[in-house]
Order: sequence, then C-alpha cells, then structure tokens
Amino acid sequence: MAVMTYLESVRETLRQEMRRDPRIIIYGEDVGVRGGVFRVTEGLQAEFGEERVMDSPLAEAAIVGTAIGAAINGLRPIPEIQFADFIFPAFNQIVEEAARIRYRSNGDFGVPMVVRAPYGGGIHGALYHSQSVEAFFAHVPGLKVVMPATPYDVKGLLASSIEDEDPVIFLEHKGAYRSIRGEVPDERYLIPLGSADVKRQGTDISIISWGMTVNFSLTAAQKLEQEDGVSAEVLDLRTVRPLDVDAILATTKKTGKVLIVYEDNLTGGFGGEVSAIIAEHALFDLDAPIRRLAGPDVPAMPYAPTLEHAFMVTPDKIHDAALNLARF
Amino acid sequence: MPRTRVKNAPDPELMHRMYYYMVLARMLDERTWILNRQGRAPFVISGQGHEAAQVGAALAFDPEVDIVCPYYRDLGVVLVFGMTPGEVVSGHLGRSTDPSSGGRQMPSHWGHRARHIITGSSPVATQILHATGTALASKARGEKAVSAAFFGEGSTNQGDFHEGLNFASVHKLPVIFICENNGYAISVPQRKQMAIANVAARAQGYGMPGVTVDGLDPVAVYEATKAAVDRARAGDGPSLLEFKVVRLTAHSSDDDDKSYRSPEELAAMRREDPVPRFKSRMEELGIWDDAKEQDLRKRVREEVDQATRVAEAASLPDPDTLLLHVYG
Ligand SMILES: Cc1ncc(C[n+]2csc(CCOP(=O)(O)OP(=O)(O)O)c2C)c(N)n1
Ligand SMILES: [Mg+2]
Repeated sequence: MAVMTYLESVRETLRQEMRRDPRIIIYGEDVGVRGGVFRVTEGLQAEFGEERVMDSPLAEAAIVGTAIGAAINGLRPIPEIQFADFIFPAFNQIVEEAARIRYRSNGDFGVPMVVRAPYGGGIHGALYHSQSVEAFFAHVPGLKVVMPATPYDVKGLLASSIEDEDPVIFLEHKGAYRSIRGEVPDERYLIPLGSADVKRQGTDISIISWGMTVNFSLTAAQKLEQEDGVSAEVLDLRTVRPLDVDAILATTKKTGKVLIVYEDNLTGGFGGEVSAIIAEHALFDLDAPIRRLAGPDVPAMPYAPTLEHAFMVTPDKIHDAALNLARF
Repeated sequence: MPRTRVKNAPDPELMHRMYYYMVLARMLDERTWILNRQGRAPFVISGQGHEAAQVGAALAFDPEVDIVCPYYRDLGVVLVFGMTPGEVVSGHLGRSTDPSSGGRQMPSHWGHRARHIITGSSPVATQILHATGTALASKARGEKAVSAAFFGEGSTNQGDFHEGLNFASVHKLPVIFICENNGYAISVPQRKQMAIANVAARAQGYGMPGVTVDGLDPVAVYEATKAAVDRARAGDGPSLLEFKVVRLTAHSSDDDDKSYRSPEELAAMRREDPVPRFKSRMEELGIWDDAKEQDLRKRVREEVDQATRVAEAASLPDPDTLLLHVYG
C-alpha cells in the first residue's frame, strides 16, 4: 500500500495494466517524450516503447476515430484528449460512432476503448481549460462516463474501464491531479462501473456529487459537523453512466434532504437527472425540496480570479448551501 | 502604408517600422514573463522568435480595411493592427480593461472589434473557418477587405484547416492562410505531426498557391504576404503562406521544453533570433547604428513600463459581471 497523488494513481494504473495486457496502446498529443502536458504518462514511453505510447498529430477526431478502428481490430486503445475542452472535434466519432457501433451492428462489433481527458477548473484555465463535459456524454446510451474523486477509486475504476467491452469516457479532474492524495493498494483490484460509494456517513442531510466536488463536499461536511453540528452524508457517484440508482435512493431515504453538487453548468447538468430520479422514486421520503449547487449558466469559466471564484463551486459554497438545507 | 517594393532596394522607412514593432513585441513579451515570475500573471504564451513573421506579414495588410483572425502567439500581429501595449498587459493581468475579453479569456486570446481583430478561442484551427467566413461576407458585400487567419503548423492537422482551405478555394475568397511553422506542437516535432517538409505543399491539394518563406526575415515575409494580399484583393482567391520560424521559449509558462529539446538545439535556435539578425542586416545596409538602437530601446522600454502601469491600475472585473453577455 502506497500513498500517492491522484495523478500518480492514474500513471501507475496505466503502467500496471499495460504490463499485464499487451493489447493496450496509449496515444494522444504530447503523451510520449513529454509524458503529457500534466506528466500523467511520464516514463511510459521509455518502458513500453514508441509503438505502444505514441505522440499523435494534433487532431482529436483522428485520435478517437483511429482508436475506434484499432479497438474493433483487437487492440485496447487508451487515447488521451489533452484537455476535455478539446474533445469536441472528436464528438462526432464518440457519439455517432463509438456509442452506436454495438447497437447498429446488432451486437456484432464493440469498441473497447477508454478515452481519458482532464476536466474541471479552478486552475486559472479560463474558458477552454476548465470545462466539465460529463453531461454531453452521459446523455448518450452506449457510452460509460467515469469520474473518480480519489486515488483509490482511480485505480479500480480505470482497470474496470480498460476491461470493459464498451467505450468509456474517463474524466480526471486536473485540480485533483496534485492536490488529492490517498492510499492505493499495490495489487490490482476492480471497482465495478455503476457502483456509488458512501464517502462519509451522516444522518441529517445527503450531499450527492461526483469527481472533484466530492472532495470539496467532504471538506464542507467536516465543517458542518464541527461548526454547525450537522451530520452530512456524502455519496460519491463515481460513474454517472451507468448510474447507481439504488445508492441514490438509499441515502435519500436515510436523511430526507438532498443537495446535489456539481461543477458543470446548472441547467441540463447531470444533477438534473439525479434530481428527477429522486423525485420519481423517493418523493415521500423527502423532508425538504431537492437542491442543486452547480456552476452558473454562463458558457464557461472566466479567467480573472474574481470571476473564476464567482463561478467555482467551493467547499464554502457547499457548506452554506448544505446548512441552509439542513435548517429547512 | 508604404507600398514600395523592398526586395532589391529595401525601403529604410519600412524596415525601421518593422524593427520597431519587432522590438516592441519582444520587450512586451519579456515583460509578461517577468510578471509571470512575480506571480502577477498566471499564464504566458509567447511569440518570441515569431516576430519577423508576424510583423512582416501584418504590415502587408491595411488595418483600416482588412480583417485578421490571429492565434495566441500573434502579439506582433495585434500590435501592428493597433492594439496598444497597455491593452495587451491588461489581458495578462485579467483586468476589466482587457479589450479582448474583459479579463474572461486567457492572455493572448486576442479580440478587438475596432481594430478588426476577430475574437479567438483556445481550440486550435477554428479561426481558419472564421477568416474564410469573414472573407465570404466581404466578397458578398462587394467590399475590398482581405481576411487573414494565422496558426501554427501543428494546427494544420485539424479538420478545420482542410475544410477552410477547400471552401475558400472553391469560392475564390479573399483570404490568406498564414502558418507560423516553428517545428513543434508543444513537444511534438514536425516529423511526428506530418510526413511532409513544408506545410505549403498542402496548398496544391486545394488548388491555391502555397509558398514557404524564411520567417526570420521580415522583408521576405512582407514581400510574400503583399503578393498574396494583392492577389486576393484583385479577386484571384486565397493563398497559403508558410513562414519558418523558431520558438525561442517553452510552449507556454506551464511547459518545460528542456524535457524534449536538447541544450544544443536550444542554443542553435537562439543564434537564429530574428530580432538581432534584422538589426545586423540594417547595420550592414547602413541604415541603423548604436545611437538609433539605444534610442529605440529606451523609447520602447518607456512604452512597456507605461503599459504595465496602466494595466496594473485598472480594476479586476466585478464578480457581478459574471452573468453578463451570455446573450445579446
Ligand atoms: C483542438 C485543440 N487540441 C489541443 C489543444 C492544446 N494545444 C494548445 S497549443 C497546441 C500545439 C499547437 O501547435 P502549433 O499549431 O504548431 O502552434 P504553436 O504553438 O507551435 O505555435 C496544443 C496541442 C488545443 N488548444 N486545441
Ligand atoms: Mg508549432
């Protein structure tokens, strides 16, 4: 068992998986010699060679489209999109092709590929290096969308994503890369896609989140306990598609008050789906209206520190929203 | 605008203007790195080594009439088109007075309606289509304006490049496609980006002229651009120009190019620095001397100091403006 950063967990999991499965190849912009702009793939080309860890031309549609072909023909590609904000040139390949290939071929073809992309803001990244893109892909049947919050979950979820027979969008929060540390067992383990995790037990209120905002929610929950005597449960969805509906309903029934927290824009964000599920299946277990705390409805996160802070979901904002709801 | 032919008998006045803008771009760029190291500007992306190409090309346009879609390195282009140094630094400091975005975008994401600089984003190559579209509008409205898109060589691998050049050529639009080829897309050398030596060779596939020029020579760049602009203005359609330049800095303040470029390579590149090179050439022609140099450096330093003061005195955007300008 080692303590490592979120980023190191991604890298070590890729390394472990590549050692056991020769079908895995990694490619994308700057992933080879440079080891990626965040250094996630550092050292992998040195260990596995240029055939398995390749720098690609600057063209996301090509990166994902060729990975689809390679996956169909027996490899396990793990293409990297340098920033989630730049996944859109590949949107056509992901949504029209990868997601629909199994269905359209009546089960004859599958696309076992994991598209990794760093997402999220709060790092002076401005409009195009800060976006949360999960809702676009969570909307599409045929895709799986994974958003780990901790180094431990990174490992188990990434291994499961690689083993999965279908395309997975694996979103890593770039703010988490170096700021979030945790224990990661040395041996290989799998966390099934579609299994949420109660990251903190509580009785007064449930905070449901995914990705980096899970960590912010845990900070807020601690403050709620210490300063306000409020016991908050934090449910980490871990994957937004497939979705662990049972876990959502269980925490709702337990506390009767739900705050859904996400960094993406509020409207049409994935929190709306979580809210709808609760309303459909657990309305009479609620003691207060469901609340969402999310990014504001502006096209993307601005650069200036004043505006970036105003946009970001922070532990303080979660604390205040949760306290408000607890006192409802 | 000087219209003299400069090839065989360079016009001293034009060369002095070129040199002024090259030195201004260089010294302003250096100032932004100082602000970055002081922790006052979180992000810098640099045009050092590209000045001759940017200034030589931009001076071949008429900023009163023509329209430019620059990319992030194009400090020299936007200065020639009339953006002031104070405006530039205000962008680096994320100030409300930043004309490009009011502090919303990362620095060097230029835009200025009054100066005919079309707002640009981070996803590379998108502006190639916008310049094609502004040219379409100029043609439709019977106006004499010529449009220009600037981009790096790595960006020519995007689908938008192909689609834009094809569209422009089919419709014989007054647009110039200007590639600043510095041999790298972040860490990826040109040979891993494309299997050809010259981006200009791609022009043939679209049925337009393609020219490769020494981008360290502002006079050669000016000549080539002037010819393309005259051609476009006469209704003879688009051109692709490729200027071979050097990237004297890391990709950006977030990059460390020592991890992929050898000390020898960096040293060799520095010897090609277009700014001292052009100075020597003017000295050889007997149109420049130490007194002129000192005078210019002093004047530009004052301009850069003043720009920094103006930008620092400006306010950060009010957080209450976060929700403005989502719709018109
Ligand atoms: C669509 C897209 N993908 C990835 C990036 C990340 N990125 C920013 S600059 C860059 C390299 C650009 O290289 P080039 O076009 O040669 O321009 P240069 O920076 O060398 O001037 C990359 C990969 C981006 N901005 N947009
Ligand atoms: Mg380049």
